[in-house]
Amino acid sequence: MVKKIEKLEMRGISKSFHGIPANQEIDLTISSGEILGLLGENGAGKTTLMNILYGLYQPEAGEIRINGERVRISSPLESINLGIGMVHQHFMLVDNHTAAENIALGYKQAPFLFPQKKIKDDIVALSKKFNLEIDPLKKIWQLSAGEQQRVEIIKTLFNGADLLILDEPTSVLTPQEAQDLFRVLKDMKAAGHLIILISHKLDEIMDLCDRVTVLQKGRIVGHAQTADVDKSTLARMMVGRDVIFDIQREKMPPSRQVLRVSNVTVNSDKGFPAVKGVSFDIHRNEIFGIAGVSGNGQRELVESITGLRKLVSGKITVNGKDISNQSPRKIYNSGVSHVPEERIKFGIAPGLYLYENAILKQHHLKEYSRNSMLAYGNIKSHARSLVDAFQVLAPSINVQTKDLSGGNIQKLILGREISHEPDLLVASHPTYGLDVGATEYLRKQLLKQRKAGGAVLLVSEDLEEIFELCDRIAVIFQGEFMGILNSDDPQVSDIGLMMAGSLKLPAA
Amino acid sequence: MKIRITDRAKITPRDQVLALVFSIMAGLFVIGLIFLAFGVNPVFAITKIFAGSFGSLYGFKETITKAIPLILIGVGLTIAFRAKFWNIGAESQLLMGAIFGTWVGLNWGPHLPAPVIIPLMFLAGFIGGAIWGLIPAFFKVKFAINEVISTLMMNYICAEFLTFLIVGPWKGKTKFGFPYTDDLPESAILGLISGSRIHYVTLILAVLTVVILGMIVYKTRFGYEVRVIGENPEAARYAGIDFFRTTLIIMAISGGVAGLAGVGEVAGIHHYLSYPASISSGYGFTAIIVAWLAKLNPFFVIVSGIFFAGILVGGDAIQISLGLPAATVEIFNGTLLVFLIMGDYFLKHKISIER
Amino acid sequence: MEDIIVSVAQRTLIAGTPLLLGTTGEVICERSGILNLGVEGVMAIGAVAAFIVTFYTQNPWLGIMAAIAAGMMISIIHAFASVSLQSNQVVSGLALTMLGLGISSLAGKPYVGKALDEKMGTLAIPFLSDIPILGRIFFDQTPFFYMAIVLALAAWFILSYTELGIKIRSTGENPKATEAQGVNVSLIRYGCIIVGGGFSGMAGANLSISYSKLWIEGMTAGRGWIVVALTIFALWNPMRAVVGAFLFGGIFVLQYLLQPLGISPNFLAMLPYIGTLLVLLMIGIGDSKKLNAPAMLGESYKRGER
Repeated sequence: MVKKIEKLEMRGISKSFHGIPANQEIDLTISSGEILGLLGENGAGKTTLMNILYGLYQPEAGEIRINGERVRISSPLESINLGIGMVHQHFMLVDNHTAAENIALGYKQAPFLFPQKKIKDDIVALSKKFNLEIDPLKKIWQLSAGEQQRVEIIKTLFNGADLLILDEPTSVLTPQEAQDLFRVLKDMKAAGHLIILISHKLDEIMDLCDRVTVLQKGRIVGHAQTADVDKSTLARMMVGRDVIFDIQREKMPPSRQVLRVSNVTVNSDKGFPAVKGVSFDIHRNEIFGIAGVSGNGQRELVESITGLRKLVSGKITVNGKDISNQSPRKIYNSGVSHVPEERIKFGIAPGLYLYENAILKQHHLKEYSRNSMLAYGNIKSHARSLVDAFQVLAPSINVQTKDLSGGNIQKLILGREISHEPDLLVASHPTYGLDVGATEYLRKQLLKQRKAGGAVLLVSEDLEEIFELCDRIAVIFQGEFMGILNSDDPQVSDIGLMMAGSLKLPAA
Repeated sequence: MKIRITDRAKITPRDQVLALVFSIMAGLFVIGLIFLAFGVNPVFAITKIFAGSFGSLYGFKETITKAIPLILIGVGLTIAFRAKFWNIGAESQLLMGAIFGTWVGLNWGPHLPAPVIIPLMFLAGFIGGAIWGLIPAFFKVKFAINEVISTLMMNYICAEFLTFLIVGPWKGKTKFGFPYTDDLPESAILGLISGSRIHYVTLILAVLTVVILGMIVYKTRFGYEVRVIGENPEAARYAGIDFFRTTLIIMAISGGVAGLAGVGEVAGIHHYLSYPASISSGYGFTAIIVAWLAKLNPFFVIVSGIFFAGILVGGDAIQISLGLPAATVEIFNGTLLVFLIMGDYFLKHKISIER
Repeated sequence: MEDIIVSVAQRTLIAGTPLLLGTTGEVICERSGILNLGVEGVMAIGAVAAFIVTFYTQNPWLGIMAAIAAGMMISIIHAFASVSLQSNQVVSGLALTMLGLGISSLAGKPYVGKALDEKMGTLAIPFLSDIPILGRIFFDQTPFFYMAIVLALAAWFILSYTELGIKIRSTGENPKATEAQGVNVSLIRYGCIIVGGGFSGMAGANLSISYSKLWIEGMTAGRGWIVVALTIFALWNPMRAVVGAFLFGGIFVLQYLLQPLGISPNFLAMLPYIGTLLVLLMIGIGDSKKLNAPAMLGESYKRGER
């Protein structure tokens, strides 16, 4: 048995994907009884670094030392044997199996015969000790996100993890669940565990961590004791300059109604109501934001508006025309564009050329197809104008779209979706995972769209983005709107409570 | 020492050709080893195969004859595979086409002249193959039933159905009790290029199909939609592409052209229906490799179809000259396929050894 | 009458035994997430290996060992292609079938029409075989039958109730999460494919040294494909595979039995395939969660993929 981790160091770690550096010469140290925050924006390389420590990726350079001794971690198994455990942002659980089966999967001392039955009591005992209550015989898909996370933590504890890595642990939790998690982590710290918390949320870092290491674009930009710094200093380190985005949002007079959503109920993939009787409207020259922790029905709501999901009840109109349960193409033709979440998964055909992706949603229009033949001349000139107008960095329009960076793919998608002047643009997490430059550019484009008379529905987890762009903000929790606020409403400060479901405003 | 595998950043057409040539050479080498292990002179056997198929005018004519169904089916499979529909039921789509075409030929042939009956037979064959392809397509889009399994099941159901017909209701009165249908009437039999078994009508149909489907894939809106579905079904849904409709059309085409091949085999070669294994010597399966080797490009199917037809003909040649079993050519197909898979991997990945 | 019933039941079990062996192997393989369409070829390889070894040694047990070894060895090709090279499993499975059928007929060429001196006979189990009717049906069978039953039960037990079983099933459900738990996904998949190949090889031996004693080319006659169908029919559960295999075996027997009554054997022969389609349809129309198919069946997994 390896002895307990007292101190862990990573030195000079570098790693790249397809020639693009994700980590460059990273140094990091953590000691027993300490919580280290790993702070950085989306895409700064935090997760890559931790996946290296966990043995999922191999670094191209650098070394890892435990208690001063150099170790080589070439697989998660070796990492687990060294006493390292990781809770991934997207849980590494087998949905169709029970919690106990998931825990037994990685447990070294799991008995060969009847492992489920035999470790059940141990699970219950351990979960009592750290207040991590779960039902070991329930299947994962039956558990809430918070419970699934507890299963993940128990898994690492079962394997005797001294060092626990948590990747954006609160991103799927309600504020209440997050508080519970923090209590657990503090207990574990008191018990001598080492904890690395990956986050881009300043409050969490200040609240929980002893020390913080800040990453920016794959490089370390600073270390600090949290007691010695304040949030704005950290924020500056994280983005490399003052955070205040200098975007001016002009006042726009109220205008004609574009979208009307009345009493809409939509089911999730599992057949339970995910959106429950939601109503709102959006006007021209308006950005309407939906704030909330992801997984509270945002995806289902967006899909129902864009035609990707059936309504159970309710009605949606655009410019007074009923579009409820129409096909995505009919809805597009009615003037609704859509920037989908997870752009690579939904928004492009990665192996097709850039110019072919430039008409993904428009290929049926007269300009691009005549008598069912594609008009490649028009398509290519359209692609060229998109690339120019939206600053898409690409060697030519004849490259496969998968070779573009995330930011450039997103610019292409946004450009494609607004180039035909939609009446309504639905944008889901449009800046998620993008660097500061691309983010700022995309946000400006959304404001431009608003100014030009378009209506925008913006779904985002990023409150800063919501506050910066939106004229009105709805807060969604478990499929219901907890309230709709004007951006200058003083109650905006209560938005956190509303996101947690602990405050619901009376319907206006 | 460590083996490092990285994605190759850029793949040129030259790399592709090289990978192909190396895969085939390496495959032939291993085939030689297998022959050697069973006491067959590998050099003799392999040269015999290629000499038998490409080395003489007679052999080459036979190769073209066998390439007709392979090209027809293979080109249909390229678009099915492009849309991520793993149709391994082309064998029975061919048989269904043969059944439909034969029915038309037997029943209407005696009353109609060739220019009328032959198009009707091909039309019927297309419809038969299309119906047989549409059933699993419908199951997939409507009930999410895996098409690999359903098309496989359809193969067996159709083979049994055909056997039922020829031993039962369709058994020919002129066949002395053999399980064959009667011969097709004169007007329903396809003409041959003299001195060969090449039924040129089907050959022309095959080439036309390649050109038309090639145009569809690369030039039309429908082809674009098929390629988007193949690349990313989620994005296709988002783009408003009707997955249901597209899959059904694709399988109607893929099954339909296999049905054309079935009519060609009956009306051009056999002239009557008999056991499934004699109507099609596994063309539906071989065509899968044909499509695969063509990298799902309809135009390349002509080349890969002729290549594998050559192996089939060469297989017959060594069967006669070396007394080897007919299934020996399966070793060729299987081994070449394995090496093509490997070649593909080395084409897409760079493997280097570090110390 | 009693004799007819016993004879039909016996023959049903005999016909179902190779199917059960193959299906158990394919269930193990598919549970780890790998679709293996090469069963037909692997069975053919097992059949020829068993025949040749038994032919020369006059020892059917050595024949079985040879069949298992040959089945395992040829399956390495599929493992290498689908696990190491992450190739399309449909294509590499087909390659395995072609290769297996080809090698089997080439290797078996000198033996066509030759007969074994010693085939695997029946083995009556003392006392149990004396039970009226049931004894003759169930306990006067070849060792293949007993082994098939025991192995299917063992596979079921291991998959459901052991730590190894959890690892195999998790690999088929979510290889990434499984890898993150320190399980070597490639090793599990290699293991399952190779063990599955051993089962198919044994099924082939069953055909060549017990079912028949003459070497006939192509004696697998599509049974490998039935195994692929049966695996789904059994919903990836070896216990249900026992029922399914003997049900399918029963249909084989009925074909000959009902023919004199004017029922077309071809329509009976279709039944297993139509049955499999119907099972898929019924589940597809209902709740797909109940289907219990390994979630990542047929999908390649690449380590360290972002």
